[in-house]
Amino acid sequence: MRKGIVQLVAIGVVIGVLVTLVAVLFQWLPTSASEEFDRIQDIYWFATWISIVIFAVVGAVVVYSVWKWRVPLDDDMDGPPIHGHTGLEIAWTAVPAILVIAIGIVSAVVMSQNGRAGNRPLEVNAIGQQFTWKFVYSDYDDLTSGELVLPVGREARFTMTAVDVIHSFWVPNFGQKQDAVPGIETTILVTPNRTGEFEVVCTELCGLGHATMRAKARVVSQAEFDRWVQEKRA
Amino acid sequence: MTPSHHGTPQAEYPAHFEPPHGPTWRLLFGPGLVRGGWMAGAGFVFGMLLVLALRWWWSWDPYWNTEVILAVAGMVTAPIGFLAGIGSFDYWLHYISGRPTRPEDHSGHGARSWKDYFRVNTDHKVIGIQYLVTTFVFFTIGGLMAMFFRAELAQPGLQFVDSQTFNGLVSVHATLMIFLFVIPAFAGLANFAVPLMLGAPDMAFPRLNALSFWLLPIAGIMFVASFLAPGGAFGAGWTGYAPLAEGQPLGQTFFNMGVQWAGASSIMTALNFLVTIITMRAPGMTFWRMPLLVWANFTTSLLVVIATPFIAGSQFFVMFDRIMHTSFFTPEGGGYVLGYQHIFWFYSHPAVYIMMLPGFGIVSEVISSMSRKPIFGYRLMALSLMGILVLGFSVWAHHMFVAGMADWLRVPMMITTLLIAIPTGIKVFSWVATLWRGRIHLTTPMLFALGFVTMFVIGGLSGIYLGSVPIDIAASDTYFIVAHIHYVLFGGSVFTIFAGIYYWFPKMTGRMYSERLGKWHFWLTFVSFNATFFPMHYVGLRGMPRRVFDYDSAFGDLNFAISIASFVLGASFIVFVYNMITSWVRGPIAEANPWRARTLEWQVSSPPPIFNFDEIPQVVGGPYEYGVPGARHAIMSPSKEAQEVHA
Repeated sequence: MRKGIVQLVAIGVVIGVLVTLVAVLFQWLPTSASEEFDRIQDIYWFATWISIVIFAVVGAVVVYSVWKWRVPLDDDMDGPPIHGHTGLEIAWTAVPAILVIAIGIVSAVVMSQNGRAGNRPLEVNAIGQQFTWKFVYSDYDDLTSGELVLPVGREARFTMTAVDVIHSFWVPNFGQKQDAVPGIETTILVTPNRTGEFEVVCTELCGLGHATMRAKARVVSQAEFDRWVQEKRA
Repeated sequence: MTPSHHGTPQAEYPAHFEPPHGPTWRLLFGPGLVRGGWMAGAGFVFGMLLVLALRWWWSWDPYWNTEVILAVAGMVTAPIGFLAGIGSFDYWLHYISGRPTRPEDHSGHGARSWKDYFRVNTDHKVIGIQYLVTTFVFFTIGGLMAMFFRAELAQPGLQFVDSQTFNGLVSVHATLMIFLFVIPAFAGLANFAVPLMLGAPDMAFPRLNALSFWLLPIAGIMFVASFLAPGGAFGAGWTGYAPLAEGQPLGQTFFNMGVQWAGASSIMTALNFLVTIITMRAPGMTFWRMPLLVWANFTTSLLVVIATPFIAGSQFFVMFDRIMHTSFFTPEGGGYVLGYQHIFWFYSHPAVYIMMLPGFGIVSEVISSMSRKPIFGYRLMALSLMGILVLGFSVWAHHMFVAGMADWLRVPMMITTLLIAIPTGIKVFSWVATLWRGRIHLTTPMLFALGFVTMFVIGGLSGIYLGSVPIDIAASDTYFIVAHIHYVLFGGSVFTIFAGIYYWFPKMTGRMYSERLGKWHFWLTFVSFNATFFPMHYVGLRGMPRRVFDYDSAFGDLNFAISIASFVLGASFIVFVYNMITSWVRGPIAEANPWRARTLEWQVSSPPPIFNFDEIPQVVGGPYEYGVPGARHAIMSPSKEAQEVHA
């Protein structure tokens, strides 16, 4: 039996290592360009480690059992009549409960951090319309642009709505997403922390041109942002 | 197909009720597909005239409104005409009108030739097979649509279809797979197995059972026929969100109405299961002696009965908005756009469990009998189904974390969503523990069951990611979702359907499938399934939204690989179809109980006698007492045919 346990653990470790390699060798997440996404990535990794352990445990028992206890199809014996084990059943109710509650708490904390607006965020109104985005900077006399330009390091609060059908605002590198819904206003916060060029992608099926409903997003230094505002106003 | 030999030979039955007319009269006016055809036409004309008359009466301009006529005549009165024509209502109408009903000679029972599968048949075993063959026809159509749009998606940009067709293909694919495959395929398997497992001669309401089957092809044909509608098939996704759905061309109405027929079918079947399970258990079959498949269908039926009216409502409201100019979901008229999503998901989240719990039941049967061990923690397995049932109604808004609903609603929905992992985890761990120290027979159904357990763990774990609000905000509406739902509904539901088909194939047909082809089918499916759907997690997280025909060229190579893998996945299905057809026609004759299982359906001949049990079984113990010396599930003398097979 001891030998069996060692073999089982060995299989579990092998599966765990393989899955870990899949998790770390590929870059599953886009480079984060916002404080919000940094925090989301932390929970992502937290959930990933838990998932790897659970998958390795289940996978190890399945592989080990089939390898160890497979019989020819014409075998006509029965296995031992094990009906259950109260201790085990309590354990596999309690342990997952603790794990998911932990994920829940971490998620709730991040949610509240990502949803708390700081002092005087940059206000941007985003308006979705088949099949374009329009960004209105209410702090700058309703400066209107088809391209999203944000200063790095400053929190931006998007207040959005849609003209016709539901659209969804998403910049993969910001990690934040929000539907723009006709008839109501929705909001989301993004604090860019990396300059660069990104893409605004519509993620809610909005009709024939849904796939092409994209806009440019640029995160620039404050000085460059001010210059852009000047040019736009001119 | 061979003339199947369900039940005892015809000669033992009293002579049919003899209609007083000749064969031509009977062909045209007797119940059947011919009368169904012309009565569908008559129904259409009636509905059309009704609409025209009413519009003329109120002097509405124009009298002729194609969308209204299609909705009323094409999708209400014509199907009712068809149902009346094939004879679904004959007994009731005769009874109501005081005419002599057909003598209860059970001539509607059993199948003596292949033609009996094309009639209104009240035998639950025939109906089960009717369900399964029909659902696999629609599975094939839905699968071919997936092949089409995977070809389109092999490269960025549009190659083969226009964008309305693309949206239509994606939407109809999902709709068929959900409403015409996974849900009714489970209903078909349960239709066959549940009355047998309970020791009952049939379902509680055999005529209702027949009717609920015949509603299905109507729904399926409506979904597929939407491609013929001017403007193309409905293209607002299977979710049909308002207000997009309200501005769609005519095809959308086909979805609105098709869902009603499929939903009505589900509700009737579920009521039938509930009454059957509550009232028709054999003596001694207490709830705690029921096989887990029966438990699973009991909870599923509760879900269906409570939840399905919500999707019916949501689709009626959208259709009213479309053709009657109400404004349930149009903001200009004071409607509430998010209201649609709340109502829709109040059905469609429980629907995920409707599409999963019967599979849990199937896998419990297969793993227990193929491991030759009692199911581990039987009572907790049944209770966890009930746990999922209750929690399943409290999580719908986790589909709406980015939809703009009230912020405070997110945390409670996240918590209930994460909590569902607990009963689900109990089930997975119990299956795995059932394997432990068993004597494992790696047959095809067992391979699919084990494939299910591992794939479903992946789908469940990606579900935990999506349950966490912040991760969901990043991953929602991307290919990560596509990957997740296919791990749950393909790696989950479809694998269990295959497991169930292989497991009960000898019982249904009386013949054995080819184990070698079954294994080929499993391994081809398992590998190509993972090659198709696992990379979708990656492209989704990296930035590819779902339901797009065009995407960032950075994802080009990976999408090409996904498309190739999906073609292999499609091809693997051919192995299954070939195996099923050839085995049904000329497979080796199956024993009554090839798996040496303990549940009641295996204690009668294959296929079972016409009323299932020649003698009422007396249930005396649990269904999975493998390895317990002297334990029995039921006392009964084997039926005549079973004795012959063993002789």
